[in-house]
Amino acid sequence: MSSAETELDDPVVANDDAVPKGKEQRLVTLLKRHSVVVRVTHWITVLCLTMLLMSGLQIFNARPQLDFGIKTDFDHPPVAIDSDKVDGRARGYVRIGEHRFDTTGVLGLSTFEGKPAERAFPSWATLPGEQDLGTGRAIHFVFAWLFVANGLVYLVWGFATRHFRRDFLPSRTQWRHIGGEILDHARLRFPQGEKARQYNAIQKITYFSVVFVLLPLLVVAGWTMSPGLDAAFPFLLHVFGGRQTARSVHFLAAFGVVLFVVVHVALVLLSGLFNNMRSMVTGWYDIGQERGTHG
Amino acid sequence: MVDRPTTRRALLARGAAAFATLGLAGCENVTDIPLAKRILGGVGGLNRRVQEAILGQEQLAQEYELGDVSTSFYANGSTDPDDKHYKAMAAKGFDSYKLVVDGLVEHPYELTLAELRAMPARTQITRHDCVEGWSCIGQWTGTPLQGVLDRAGVKPTARYVVFHCFDTMDDGDPSGPTPFYGSIDLLAARHPQTILAYDKGGKPLEVKYGAPLRLRVERQLGYKMTKYIRRIQLMEDFKDIGQGKGGYWEDSGYQWYAGI
Repeated sequence: MSSAETELDDPVVANDDAVPKGKEQRLVTLLKRHSVVVRVTHWITVLCLTMLLMSGLQIFNARPQLDFGIKTDFDHPPVAIDSDKVDGRARGYVRIGEHRFDTTGVLGLSTFEGKPAERAFPSWATLPGEQDLGTGRAIHFVFAWLFVANGLVYLVWGFATRHFRRDFLPSRTQWRHIGGEILDHARLRFPQGEKARQYNAIQKITYFSVVFVLLPLLVVAGWTMSPGLDAAFPFLLHVFGGRQTARSVHFLAAFGVVLFVVVHVALVLLSGLFNNMRSMVTGWYDIGQERGTHG
Repeated sequence: MVDRPTTRRALLARGAAAFATLGLAGCENVTDIPLAKRILGGVGGLNRRVQEAILGQEQLAQEYELGDVSTSFYANGSTDPDDKHYKAMAAKGFDSYKLVVDGLVEHPYELTLAELRAMPARTQITRHDCVEGWSCIGQWTGTPLQGVLDRAGVKPTARYVVFHCFDTMDDGDPSGPTPFYGSIDLLAARHPQTILAYDKGGKPLEVKYGAPLRLRVERQLGYKMTKYIRRIQLMEDFKDIGQGKGGYWEDSGYQWYAGI
């Protein structure tokens, strides 16, 4: 790997003559932000998580309720997505404890091929679109294997190159200024120039949490639903307090990932879609110029 | 090296287009593509090989306390076989029931319920995990399948234990209802918790739970645990039964290996 391929490398300064004429010329400071391993594993992860989520919702639809503990409560599940008739009209709903939320059209009751369908998640959110648990499971397993293999490559590479230590742990200075950074984030002021040479503290904490907490939790909770793996590793059941808790944790962690992706994509858009996409596709990121005083 | 956004723009667009195609393919009938079919069909085999590498014969599925038993154990699949012969037998308390053990064995034989009950018994309180996601806990008593197989003398060429059942599934097939069957390999068949159960909760099995005899394979999902067993056939492979996938549910699209 050439030095230009290493993470957060020295910047290359160039006059950006790509800016259309008539616009103000500005200095572009490009640095190699993402190595090829990060870029490739990132996009494989995007593919895997999409497939896993949609096939996972297909699997969830087979028993659209969440339980806690060692067994299922068929009569009073803590969380359920279902449909019934209210005043003679079919309604879809989500019930959490005693609270019922009408979700007709999306959850519990939606339209599939022009006909009303009593299904927890609608066909546009599941893979396959029709109810097909066997194929849904096959898709889930294929992308689960790919996700784990891809994740292992990324983890081994990240530890070997000290990527995690360098880029995922906030520096002492960053910890000291974290309050101001949160405020800057809330105002959608993103670091430029020298400060943008490395991830900011919120990025570091978030990526650390997703890579080392949320995604491993999701995977291990998934394993705990396997009767074979439960026999091989009985502690899995004890860690979660039962297969049904593990199933609920798996589901909730998946939505934690969805939440992360929503915020992640929103920030990618707000902090410069082109620059961010370029850095995750080609590796090159423009840190721009040091911003003077705001306003 | 100096980078210019315009030189990368085309690349970026191409990459995005390629990715969008991948995404779209996932949403359309990608399952009709032969390669996709092979991958989707093969992943169950990968699950099986990996789990069999991890699992020895000795690891048991967790066993629970009497107090953990589900008050209403969900009955799935067939719950009331329509077969005339079965109904007649059930009406007389399965007195005339005989389990057939044959196929690749030295001595094919038959067993009445009384003979099955006279064989070594095992009682276990285990969790029944359905492929749909739910779990129930039940207490099962039966005779280890290993003993039944040993008595017949399994031939060295046998690889699978096929269970033929009394129930049929009416899935709209014009040739009539489909006979239910299932299969496990000898590794699962010889596991100490793999039993032919005749009691649930200390009482003879109710019809909905598979009377008079059903299988328990505790390290796999519920769809492998055939109910209403009438015949156990040792086979080298199962390609000539049903649609050749090793069971009614497997023929309907479930993976043959159900350890996950």
